[in-house]
Amino acid sequence: MAQSVNLKPFYAVLGVIAVAGGAWIISAGGGSSTITLPEMVTASAFPGYAIGSDSAPVEVIEYADFQCPACAMFAILTAPDVKSRLVNSGRIRWVFRDYPLPIHDRAPIAHLAAACAGEQGQFWAMHDQLFYNQGAWVQDRRPRRLFADYAQAIGIDAQGFDQCMDEQRHLDRIAATRNEGQQIGIGSTPSFIIGDQLVAGSISIDQFIQLVERAEQAATRQ
Amino acid sequence: MVVATLALVGLLLAVYLWLWKIGFLGAIACGSGSCETVQLSEHAVFLGIPVAFYGVVGYLAILVVSLLGLQPRWLERREPTFVVVLLSGIGVAFSAYLTYLEAFVIEAWCRWCLVSAGIILLIFATALVESFTARSTGSVLSVDS
Repeated sequence: MAQSVNLKPFYAVLGVIAVAGGAWIISAGGGSSTITLPEMVTASAFPGYAIGSDSAPVEVIEYADFQCPACAMFAILTAPDVKSRLVNSGRIRWVFRDYPLPIHDRAPIAHLAAACAGEQGQFWAMHDQLFYNQGAWVQDRRPRRLFADYAQAIGIDAQGFDQCMDEQRHLDRIAATRNEGQQIGIGSTPSFIIGDQLVAGSISIDQFIQLVERAEQAATRQ
Repeated sequence: MVVATLALVGLLLAVYLWLWKIGFLGAIACGSGSCETVQLSEHAVFLGIPVAFYGVVGYLAILVVSLLGLQPRWLERREPTFVVVLLSGIGVAFSAYLTYLEAFVIEAWCRWCLVSAGIILLIFATALVESFTARSTGSVLSVDS
């Protein structure tokens, strides 16, 4: 004789698992929290690499790791829109700060390469090279050779770049910037400080604009 | 029902790993494991597609087939169970290969990958038992969906 089984409770259980799992994935994607920047960070010895107008009403600070895939995703997919729609129009000043994660073995040398390019005023060009070619140098046994190629591609003085790399001139400063980030609660990359909001994860351009608009409104009220 | 539940959990896990791989999530939640090392290795991409995406497709297929198998018109038929055995068998073989890579090539362990390997093995074992049980007893259930 056939047994009759009501599947509705089972579907309900599946639904609960799906909703709980979806919520977990979304929460793992980062989130935002309100922070107050400590004096020592706002008056940092190294303020970061900035683009945009000094008089822009909102400053956005990005903490990123050149070996982090989510950071590369943001740099490739979202950052061009941020630059054209927010930086170039004078709405924000964008600051990049180093946050090489300890789990990324090649991040320190990549950040060093960017800093050495920065000595010659080409930080942002090297920043783009590192993110757009992340898949190549992350897997290369000698990534420094590739960094030298990138330096040549963006037209910086090879001798000065090599010397800076040999002397590891900026490693201490990079570590100090990272420590400052850690002290204000940066735990993952990319993380953004937009006004008084700390936001983690590779956020979309729409989310980015919404957060900037909130920061603009807050700046207007002050 | 067990297979569908396991497939749903596996699907959520695969979606998480895939979204992280393509950069939509921040830091991977891995505790003391080496998920990033494994996920960033050249072996995390197969034929140009992230390995986790194969998991998404595989678990989704198993979930759909197992739910179809619970519907009245399919309940007395063996095909859904055999399809799940076939799909999960492929999944077990692929997971075994990936676990070998973790152990001997990458030399790092991704705990979520191991959980996924455990889930696909459980699905395969459950479906295999169901296929033998159905063949030997010919039991019939009717379902109010």
